[in-house]
Amino acid sequence: MNNVFRLTLSAVVIAALSACATPTRDAEDAEREAAEAAEQESAEREGEGEGAEARALGRDREFDEAALDDPDSPLAERLVYFDFDRDEVKSEFMPMLEAHAAYLAENPGARMRLEGHTDERGTREYNLALGERRAQSVRRVLNLNGASDDQLEVISYGEEMPVAFEQNEEAWAKNRRVELVYESRR
Amino acid sequence: MQRMIHAMLLGLALLWSAQAQAVLEVTVTEGVTGAIPVAVAPFAWEGEGQPDEDVSRIVAQNLARSGLFDVEREDLPRPPSGPADFIAQPWADAGMEYLVVGSKRPDGDNVIVEFHVFDVLAEERLGGWRIPVPADMLRRGAHRVSDIVYEQITGDPGAFSARIAFVSVERRNDSREFSLEVADSDGANPRTLFRSEDPVMSPEWSPDGRELVYVSFENRRSEVFRQNVETGERNRIASFSGINSAPAWSPDGRHLALSLSRDGSPNIYVMDLESGDLRQVTRSGAIETEPVWSPDGETIYFTSDRAGAPQIYAQSVSGGNARRLTFESDYAAAAAISPDGRSLVYVHGGDDGFQLARLDLDDRRVTRLTDGQDAESPSFAPNGSMILYAMTDGGRGVLGSVSRDGQVHQRLSAREGEVREPAWSPLN
Repeated sequence: MNNVFRLTLSAVVIAALSACATPTRDAEDAEREAAEAAEQESAEREGEGEGAEARALGRDREFDEAALDDPDSPLAERLVYFDFDRDEVKSEFMPMLEAHAAYLAENPGARMRLEGHTDERGTREYNLALGERRAQSVRRVLNLNGASDDQLEVISYGEEMPVAFEQNEEAWAKNRRVELVYESRR
Repeated sequence: MQRMIHAMLLGLALLWSAQAQAVLEVTVTEGVTGAIPVAVAPFAWEGEGQPDEDVSRIVAQNLARSGLFDVEREDLPRPPSGPADFIAQPWADAGMEYLVVGSKRPDGDNVIVEFHVFDVLAEERLGGWRIPVPADMLRRGAHRVSDIVYEQITGDPGAFSARIAFVSVERRNDSREFSLEVADSDGANPRTLFRSEDPVMSPEWSPDGRELVYVSFENRRSEVFRQNVETGERNRIASFSGINSAPAWSPDGRHLALSLSRDGSPNIYVMDLESGDLRQVTRSGAIETEPVWSPDGETIYFTSDRAGAPQIYAQSVSGGNARRLTFESDYAAAAAISPDGRSLVYVHGGDDGFQLARLDLDDRRVTRLTDGQDAESPSFAPNGSMILYAMTDGGRGVLGSVSRDGQVHQRLSAREGEVREPAWSPLN
């Protein structure tokens, strides 16, 4: 338990840094949304292609338990961020997710909880469902890249477990996330 | 007009309690112009010592808090010693339109509260009441008195005797403590019903006011529990795979509407509480959540993003097609229904954040009710007069209330921590 807590914290720091560098946008305009959806679809297709590559890489590289603790490994990244009221996995998170998928494929005994979260805006019950949808999106990416369904558990906390408490876009962006938690490491 | 009504205080269940928590303080932030001037004379105590609660002060505070009355307690003419002594002129001269006078006297373990309401302009007594109240429940008795006075003057039933449930959150170093609280309608007498380090959300009352349903994450996922407010008895009633959320009790008390994602995507289901049987009401791959029942139990209103963004829909409980009801913004969610079934109050998202709006179902008119900080979790008072909701003030969760017409605004703040997700109990 202690171990997982420490891991999650360091992952939060890393992810928070990357979130600062991530431009956020207000996706309200229907036309733009449609364009984004199309873009997303192509990103997902791209992701599939890269996934095959990553799997091959994964086999060569031989991830082990220690790899999870290596701060320089893509496996050290455990957070995926989302746009407001969206559940599509952005392409920038694909390499990281492919690495985790490869690790899971290589370690069939490993189990991962995907904990979906939202920012505080909008209603709590809707956000609970949105958090689940985000976690399911991440699960799909991991599945497509070699992780098996029984290794992955999806849960949602909605807006109930924020990591940033301010009322601004920077804080909200940090809260719109899916946390990847390795179960076997509790 | 010599009318004496003996009203018993029924169903005054002692709340099952842990330590008192999160005492709420109420401030009226915006009232109506032209509030009715009412004099509430101090209720004389006809016994030894002093009773625990100042009944007339609580009555005065309740009436003032409704925003409908301009309440005067001091610098009043001498109150009549009995109903027959009432002379209207001095009260009219003092600018009063109504007068409440009363007394309290001990009677065994009870306190007899007797009071009279006078219409100053009509120069007549509207009624007199004598209510026996257990001595340790004087506060509840004062709320009952407030309800009667409110009804005499406005013609609408009062809702001061109803209770509110809410979720309180306190941050402690690295962890947070969530608790489910039940309090009087003025925030007094808070009792903790359930406490957890994991989130607690979505409390809703049973129609008989004896139980709450809510969502708890104590097993590290969302599950639905029901708990008896009086005895504390607690049962888990929904723990399917996926999310178990947004419970809403049917008006007949026999069913629960829920949002479950057991089949992959959250849909509305109705659970038979006796058998546990589930019936699926909506079937879509979209988010379908936040169900509420019409008072006749035939329609379920809910939030769905099937059109790309959350909007409110209505569907017959027995099936059929859903009708979309909201079109005014890109975000409409978390509907609460008025007790008469004719209006929905919901969270309306727009350029100025998330505000409450009222949709009148007869003519589909939409009225904005708030224009301040982001608002959420609306809950109607059981008399339909006001809506309680949650908002953030200076980064802290507080409760707000707004009159049905959007004119009277109040704020309820916890002395410590934050409060959210208010649910107003039924009247009983």
